[in-house]
Amino acid sequence: MCLGIPGEIVEIMTDREDFAMVSVAGVKRAVNIGLLTEEDEELKAGDWILIHVGFALSKIDEEEATHALRMLEGMGQAYTDELIALAQSDLAESERERQPEQVSSAPISQNGSRR
Amino acid sequence: MKFVDEFRDAEKARVLSARIAELCEPGRHYKFMEVCGGHTHTIYKHGLEDYLPETVSLVHGPGCPVCVIPMGRLDDAIAIAERPDVIMTTFGDMMRVPGGRGSFYDANAGGADIRMVYSPLDSLKIARANPDKHVVFMAIGFETTAPSTAMTVLRAAAEGLDNFSIFCNHVTIIPAIKAILDSPDLRLDGFLGPGHVSTVIGCRPYEFIAREHGKPLVCAGFEPLDILQSVFILLTQLREGRSEVENQYSRVVPWNGNAKALRVIGQTMQLRPYFEWRGLGFIAQSALQVRDTYAKYDAERIFSVPGVRVADPKACQCGEVLKGVLKPWECKVFGTACTPETPIGTCMVSSEGACAAYYNFGRFTRERVKEATHA
Repeated sequence: MCLGIPGEIVEIMTDREDFAMVSVAGVKRAVNIGLLTEEDEELKAGDWILIHVGFALSKIDEEEATHALRMLEGMGQAYTDELIALAQSDLAESERERQPEQVSSAPISQNGSRR
Repeated sequence: MKFVDEFRDAEKARVLSARIAELCEPGRHYKFMEVCGGHTHTIYKHGLEDYLPETVSLVHGPGCPVCVIPMGRLDDAIAIAERPDVIMTTFGDMMRVPGGRGSFYDANAGGADIRMVYSPLDSLKIARANPDKHVVFMAIGFETTAPSTAMTVLRAAAEGLDNFSIFCNHVTIIPAIKAILDSPDLRLDGFLGPGHVSTVIGCRPYEFIAREHGKPLVCAGFEPLDILQSVFILLTQLREGRSEVENQYSRVVPWNGNAKALRVIGQTMQLRPYFEWRGLGFIAQSALQVRDTYAKYDAERIFSVPGVRVADPKACQCGEVLKGVLKPWECKVFGTACTPETPIGTCMVSSEGACAAYYNFGRFTRERVKEATHA
């Protein structure tokens, strides 16, 4: 939850306000960039951002992103857990307005895995 | 990955280490506090204290938001989650935190619908898919996560979602640092300022620490070299008789913070008159609650909660660890009755809690424990 994970913007989503498609650890995820629209108004594909719980909190350069990734990879389980959680989240989908859909978040079993 | 490989620029670290030693005045002991779980993690993982002279010690403050949640608040959250019409959503970090009546895991096993989410935004999706239920997000964290909660509330309001609310436990770092400075338990020489929190609040809010308390503070990055360099800056200031706020992590932290993030927090949340912190007790204006204008998204106003203060287990010394008075291994139950698998206190639960970080990095821990127990 407190980890900042670097990601590279692949494209600014035009059909979802405040969202960009971002490559995170090799996987494309939708990330909310609404908190950066004042600080860095010119966010574009190829920019690197630091992501906290689905929101970009700061813009960083590629070198910083590389260092941050290396740190995170060295953290082991905490980073793995965060990536698993991120992979199971679907933020762009969660922005789709009022469309009933299947719930993907199942209740959690005692050992922490999802049923 | 091997220890040496992942510690970037070990040679640079040794050079810094030597320069740090040169800055220390003979016979003087230095104590610096960090208030960020990420720093705790780096310090223990890389055994950074081994790179510092014995006269320089790093103590760990209340920098882990999971660790400072008092048991009573968790009981309140569980009381809400146990309602048959409620789905509670939470970050995974909270699941094993023990409350007075057990953890979220226990409540889940007992039939409460508690679901782990990665982002508060995931809660909105669950709310849309379950119109006959009320979804409550367990909002927790310092200023790092508060903007995300705020954006989620704004999104819910824009969409007109009426089956979503937050149980707000967001805390603010500055009053906690003030409480530490006012506490007679600990004499500190300076602070390592938190990395990600400062991305949001910037460096200015720390200026009173330098100005009024005469303690330097350096906002520090998360790599081993960042921490060592920050200690170097702190010692340089002390040596030159200065106490200032400096930003070692300027490659990520802007001096003025993130204006938009601060604005959305202010738009949706207001300061509580007081809030209880585990280990630190009640601190005035140290936490956030939902602003009156967004009252319909405030779980505390929708559901009645017990609101009972629950004392920590007697054996648990998390309070002393959170204040930096005790090192984790000095706690009576550390590594024996209290382990990451069966935590008694919060510091052993979160991977960024001081005790769990100590426990998990065996090499360092075993040496220190041996040293401590055979001393």
